[in-house]
Amino acid sequence: MDTKNIMIVGVGGQGSLLASKLLGHLLLSQGYDVKVSEVHGMSQRGGSVVTYVRYGDAVYSPVIDEGQADFIVSFELLEAARWLPYLKKDGIIVTNTQQIDPMPVITGAAEYPENLVDSLKNAGAKVDALDCLTLAEQAGSAKAVNIVLLGRLSHYFDLPDEVWMKSLEANVPAKFLEMNKKAFELGKNYK
Amino acid sequence: MSDNKQLMLGNKALARGLYEAGVCFISSYPGTPSTEITEEAAKYDEIYCEWAPNEKVAMESAFGACLAGRRAFCAQKHVGLNVAADPLYTMSYTGVNAGLVIVVADDAGMHSSQNEQDSRHHAIAAKVPMLEPSDSAEALEFAKTAFELSEKFDTPVIIKMCTRVAHSQSVVTVGERTVPDFPYEKNIAKYVMMPGNAKKRHPIVEARTKALAEYAETSPLNRVEMVGTKTGIITSSTSYQYVKEVFGDSVSVLKLGMVNPLPEKLIRDFAAKVEELYVVEELDPIIENYVKSLGIAVQGKDILPVCDEYSQNLIAKAFGKDVEKTFALETQIPNRPPVMCAGCPHRGLFYTLKKNKCTVLGDIGCYTLGAVPPLGAIEMTLCMGASIGALHGFNKVRGKDSEGKTVAVIGDSTFMHSGMTGLANVAYNQSNSTVIIVDNSITGMTGHQQNPTTGYNIKGDPAGKIDLEALCRAMGFERVRVVDPYNLAECDKVLKEELAADAPSVIISRRPCALLKYVKHNPPLKVNKELCIGCKSCMRIGCPAISVKEGKATIDNTLCVGCNVCSQMCPVGAFEGMVAGREA
Repeated sequence: MDTKNIMIVGVGGQGSLLASKLLGHLLLSQGYDVKVSEVHGMSQRGGSVVTYVRYGDAVYSPVIDEGQADFIVSFELLEAARWLPYLKKDGIIVTNTQQIDPMPVITGAAEYPENLVDSLKNAGAKVDALDCLTLAEQAGSAKAVNIVLLGRLSHYFDLPDEVWMKSLEANVPAKFLEMNKKAFELGKNYK
Repeated sequence: MSDNKQLMLGNKALARGLYEAGVCFISSYPGTPSTEITEEAAKYDEIYCEWAPNEKVAMESAFGACLAGRRAFCAQKHVGLNVAADPLYTMSYTGVNAGLVIVVADDAGMHSSQNEQDSRHHAIAAKVPMLEPSDSAEALEFAKTAFELSEKFDTPVIIKMCTRVAHSQSVVTVGERTVPDFPYEKNIAKYVMMPGNAKKRHPIVEARTKALAEYAETSPLNRVEMVGTKTGIITSSTSYQYVKEVFGDSVSVLKLGMVNPLPEKLIRDFAAKVEELYVVEELDPIIENYVKSLGIAVQGKDILPVCDEYSQNLIAKAFGKDVEKTFALETQIPNRPPVMCAGCPHRGLFYTLKKNKCTVLGDIGCYTLGAVPPLGAIEMTLCMGASIGALHGFNKVRGKDSEGKTVAVIGDSTFMHSGMTGLANVAYNQSNSTVIIVDNSITGMTGHQQNPTTGYNIKGDPAGKIDLEALCRAMGFERVRVVDPYNLAECDKVLKEELAADAPSVIISRRPCALLKYVKHNPPLKVNKELCIGCKSCMRIGCPAISVKEGKATIDNTLCVGCNVCSQMCPVGAFEGMVAGREA
């Protein structure tokens, strides 16, 4: 099979590393060759961050390039827009609608664009946007935004729930498992 | 799936290789993208691991351990190898007893670095072999091979990582650990590098390089993937992965796992079999120039850039292949540069420096972000420790013009790394300099490593703790002040006093990093919208938790840690939820 590409984008500190760790575990358990490329260091300090997850029969490059992402999973709306050129023609953006102002907006040097979900759709992209922060809070913790997003992403995969649950169990602390399972369900079944 | 098969970060896989190779001693200084190797190795109880004050000390310690007869290792980022270059170049002459392996992690694309140097130059200049893995599985295997080569050829061996190999996870198969032991034997002619002895060692180094080049001809580290005779590409490291991504099995490839010394015959034979020859290598044209020196026609940097990292699309375009453009937005997307975290103790200090119109000579760490808007306080950053040396020179030539307004700002870990010697120069050669040590009680930028001032070792156990105040006084500084950077009035007062003083001084701006687990946060502040006049005074500190919505300051509850610096900026007391004059 051809290599499939999932980009996880967001703001440094939002918890995208757990999402990529869980996806890596899940895809390896399905017998795929997997590569996951992370970002460490300076860019973690509240900057724009991106993690690449690639899987298939044999994966070479650790990174995803413009026009190649089957999925862009975004923790923040502006970041979904920033990485749009990386989306494949028939790719899907799964995004949190949360907005976090970057420093140029905070200082007034730039403005946070309005109606970004519409702009993305008007550009021709398939967009699945949901308020993950509210759903995560419903599940019991604002920190579960990453699991809500993964739950939503699972909606597009032809994999039984048990497989996702196994990876969840392997990657989150036992005391938060029930809460995360709820967050996963809320994301998956969001209408 | 076999139980031994795991998805592993390149750096973690390399640490696994060190474990399996029976390494007993590791000493490193953290530096992105090399840090996780030593952190992961420290999780194995069988390996002694430590953070050294700097890379030179780390490498010398590793040398001592290999001399004593146990396999030893040190890791650093590319610029760290510059610091450790002094021992490296002469260790090439002494050779080793047990194996000694060194990792240097380059950062093409400068994700977290101050320059984009190509460390292969060090391997060539120091005349030591260099291996270059292209994924996690190779990182693990090459670590083990490197020790065998080190002992077989009596040389330190460098493994060159890069950001994309160090920080990518791919599949590895793990094995068992075996620990070789080499008795220590006195050998003055080999290990005492004074001219008479070194003169005899140099020809040995030259002969060794020849022997290594011979080994490279048939080593499994280098391999030919021959599929056709039209196009041949010589490549290594992550560039190999991009080449395979773009061309699959449609071109022939000479994949080099050993990049110094290079295999002349292997390259000649490969070149002779193909019509068109290319070299695809990130950064400098080192393989390309070597191929050209053999009189072989080759293309490389005429179609590929020297600057920045590569990717599959970049290589596809360079070779004239179409790259599909999919979506574009007309909307302007604002940048999201890294920023000082909410509650960062450096913020209050940099605000104070800016307010006093200081010329700030900076250093390497999170606090380099003091150079970006709206603080924009730092005017120079060069390398580890340079702030103090530069301040001394600046003040010596500008004298009274600069002494009262110019400062060096350096972190606690960076000060231990190479700031102390700069401070010794200020004390010795007597410049009236004001040095500020921003002590956040951790090595922050690289992800919270302990250092000699924190009182803990790499495993988090109690360790020696250097007293910064006592150290500065022992160097001869009579003026050593400690301030809390959350207290703007105190910072301002002490800064003014020390700049005005007619003697050199050290100000220690001390408060632990807000991200440290043991640091207790206050509840988020609230803005009283009735009181807020929308003057934006609070915006001048560049806190990501504060923005102005509908003309009034607004606090992001998920980010604010209640540090109270913003409320000290407010002329009308609109921030609520804090007791005035916070306690340390």
